[in-house]
Amino acid sequence: MPVDPKEKIARRVAYELKEGYLVNLGIGLPTLVANYIPEGVHVYFQSENGIIGMGPEPEKGFENKDLTNAGAGFVTALPGAMTFDSAFSFILIRGGHLDVTVLGGLQVDEEGHLANWMVPGKMVPGMGGAMDLVTGANKVIVAMTHTAKGEPKIVKKCSLPLTSVRRVDLIVTELAVIQPIDEGLLLKEISEETTLEEVLRLTEARLIVSSELARF
Amino acid sequence: MKVITHKEVAELVKPGTTLMIGGFLGVGTPEGIIDQLIENGVENLTVIGNDTAFEDRGIGKLVKNRLCRKVIVSHIGTNPETQRQMIAGELEVELVPQGTLAERVRAGGAGLGGILTPTGVGTVVENGKQVMEIDGKKYLLELPIRADVALIKAKKCDYYGNLVYNLTATNFNPLMVLAADMVIVEVEEIVPVGTLTPDEIKTPGVLIDYVVVSGVK
Repeated sequence: MPVDPKEKIARRVAYELKEGYLVNLGIGLPTLVANYIPEGVHVYFQSENGIIGMGPEPEKGFENKDLTNAGAGFVTALPGAMTFDSAFSFILIRGGHLDVTVLGGLQVDEEGHLANWMVPGKMVPGMGGAMDLVTGANKVIVAMTHTAKGEPKIVKKCSLPLTSVRRVDLIVTELAVIQPIDEGLLLKEISEETTLEEVLRLTEARLIVSSELARF
Repeated sequence: MKVITHKEVAELVKPGTTLMIGGFLGVGTPEGIIDQLIENGVENLTVIGNDTAFEDRGIGKLVKNRLCRKVIVSHIGTNPETQRQMIAGELEVELVPQGTLAERVRAGGAGLGGILTPTGVGTVVENGKQVMEIDGKKYLLELPIRADVALIKAKKCDYYGNLVYNLTATNFNPLMVLAADMVIVEVEEIVPVGTLTPDEIKTPGVLIDYVVVSGVK
């Protein structure tokens, strides 16, 4: 049976989340990570619109107009949840209190720089909280498909405006797990459904293949 | 504070005013006040807010009705009309990282001369800004921001104007209360003084100028 790329990515990213972590999931693909937290692991989900302890979407009829995620979707508050204002929310993000942020990406390059907030002349959604998240979180995980319309997204040098000059910590695609290090991009894992040749062919950036290359 | 009608609010907000409007994608935005501004056609506004929400919601409605000259926000991705007007040169858009916007508003209300943030260093956000190096780390000097009028949404208040916010509808509201010359709040209900506990009040009523009640014309 073919594997859904987004589910593959979300499952692998979820494995990075450890007991007691404070985690911010971006809108879109990163949101799926919440569905695959390993059993027995308890993490706290923060959303930049002002909540820790965000729970899943409520059942129909139980929506609260004032309880939403960063995409304005209705959510629930788990027992023990707390809400707060935007300054406090970004104090958590920028001040070294957020253990992990998981964000989508348009491009990541050999220096581990992420571009994910605009395509000049085409799409200018704005950076929202992304620049603060990438600059401030203790660990930045980029969760994205390996290519877009067949074009590599892991490139030598980002051609799109950067989100931050901070080096991201991990890149997870449906094909590979890559860790940016001083020497470049370390290919640590490839998926069960691919080959090393395919990963190298679909990656523009130079990859350093780990001597302990694993499968996921 | 003084309780007024929606119509009176629109008379307080003149064309050309710089507004701060609370809310996150319309959650925690005073929709009744916005509807009244649209009804009165209060134009040429500069709006400071988290985002331009959706075309039929929050600040998005002001954009759609072409009442804004400029918006200072962190995100416009959910409102295609904002992007269209920006690309057509009809609307000036200043994009500010969300955490930086929160701190600039806070600085504006806190009497600070600016804030230093690592966010944006080395990106296009750095353009035209002073970069300061402190203990070997680079920061951008971001300046405080204030408005003529803040339009705030709270769940309820008492007759002193003490505000209680609700859940994620809090967001920028308590920061913006402090950073404008005039503060107008839309609440869902007004309760007697003494029925709110001191620790549930997040904004003291002494800072509030006017209150309108949602749905009460």
